[in-house]
Amino acid sequence: MTEIWQTLVTYLQFPFVQYALIVGLLVALCSSLLGVTLVLKRFSFIGDGLSHVAFGAMAVAGLLGVSNDMTVVLPVTVLSAVLLLRTGQNTKIKGDAAIAMISVGALAIGYLLMNLFPKSSNITTDVCTTLFGSYSILTLTLSDVILCGVMALIVITVFLLFYHKIFAITFDENFANATGVKANVYNLLIAVITAMIIVLAMNFVGSLLISALIIFPALSAMRVFKTFRSVIICSAVISVFCSAFGILFSIVIDTPVGPTIVAADILIFFIFSLISFFTGRSTKA
Amino acid sequence: MSTMQITCKNAALGYETGVVVKDLNFIISEGDYLCILGENGSGKSTLIKALLGLKPQLSGEIIFSEAIGKNEIGYLPQQTIVQRDFPASVQEIVQSGCMNRCGLRPFYNKQEKQLASDMMKKLEITHLARRCYRELSGGQQQRVLLARALCAARKMLLLDEPVTGLDPKAANEMYELIARLNREDKITIIMVSHDMNAAVKYASHILHIGGRQLFFGEKEAYLQSKVGKAFLEVSDMGGDEP
Repeated sequence: MTEIWQTLVTYLQFPFVQYALIVGLLVALCSSLLGVTLVLKRFSFIGDGLSHVAFGAMAVAGLLGVSNDMTVVLPVTVLSAVLLLRTGQNTKIKGDAAIAMISVGALAIGYLLMNLFPKSSNITTDVCTTLFGSYSILTLTLSDVILCGVMALIVITVFLLFYHKIFAITFDENFANATGVKANVYNLLIAVITAMIIVLAMNFVGSLLISALIIFPALSAMRVFKTFRSVIICSAVISVFCSAFGILFSIVIDTPVGPTIVAADILIFFIFSLISFFTGRSTKA
Repeated sequence: MSTMQITCKNAALGYETGVVVKDLNFIISEGDYLCILGENGSGKSTLIKALLGLKPQLSGEIIFSEAIGKNEIGYLPQQTIVQRDFPASVQEIVQSGCMNRCGLRPFYNKQEKQLASDMMKKLEITHLARRCYRELSGGQQQRVLLARALCAARKMLLLDEPVTGLDPKAANEMYELIARLNREDKITIIMVSHDMNAAVKYASHILHIGGRQLFFGEKEAYLQSKVGKAFLEVSDMGGDEP
């Protein structure tokens, strides 16, 4: 036990571990804040869809030889988010079908492009890294950390400023509209910051696992807590805790970062489900 | 003569693709209890949107008096699936009715919090303030949403099928509560309903639509009219929708 502790302390002195922790915790915090709203609005899959779009955009960015992937990935993902959330209600192609279509399409085209115009000799590793994050979080530079910090700050500020509005339109969009709250504007806002979070989280846990980061803390918190505010706070705490645990665990035991964090999230979900099961029974009895 | 709050002149409502309901001519005055009757597809929900100012009329006029601004109608929408398992306390929900008073201010001020607790007191749900919305009974949930609507506007309430899904006792209580608000607080009520019996018992005016305006006037006149008698017969036979 002391041995593990020793290793941990040694690792924590390396800047790349510190960077990973800072970025990881910020991403976890942001995704959990939005997660509650997305789950309640029945948009759980949007994380999945958008991350696939981001994957496709990344492949295109590689193809174009853009020096910084972000300049392509962020606008494309934001645009897709706006389209998906806006057209959710009444279009010819229904919300879930639209998400499925766009996400699978982007994934296929992305992989196709990567194969046609390979950046490196080892495509399988490239793809695997993009999809599952693997160790890329441990190769972050200081500028990555600053970029992430700025984006996280924007997301958190927007969320705090519009907390009550986000609550109102999540709970009852019709009522909000009827009383003169511009629900569409706020839906757009939610779409944009969701896309930002996904681009942020992509380097961290990888395309395929982002949804887990968004939905698991929210679902766990909703098992036990009963007011909107406590659910949000609890989900943020769970998310940050699981990420910290996941990162440290993966450094010490040498496992891939993304899946380790998600595994921790799943574990917490089961624990909270059990708590809810037992407390639910005792109040009924 | 009480003051007019909404005047509808020759209004036609619908979408670009076609008119849903036309020839609307009615006046809603302060303290009225108007019941809007009609079958599914008769244009009720389109009319609601127009009254809430969410959808402009195709032709004709809908005039809101000075006292009733466009967004100052308290609205009690039908429950959505999202709300059934929503983790929120009663207080959070009632306060969200004050949203339109906030503008861009991110938090509620003292008056708004006070207003929310006053409305909870009025609807006798103060003891539920910290309870979770999804754990309440159907009748209690409707009271919560009614309190929220009252926070948004205190002169006029628009209720969309307010007793859907309630058991008969809770439905009755809900109707009595609405009637009390109308009687004691002089709140104008516009209720959209299938429930003919409730309309006959509580409403002061009836608006019956079905693609166009079939009847508008006081309840007594409606009961004597041809369309009223026909509709009443169908309802008595239990042919009405659940």
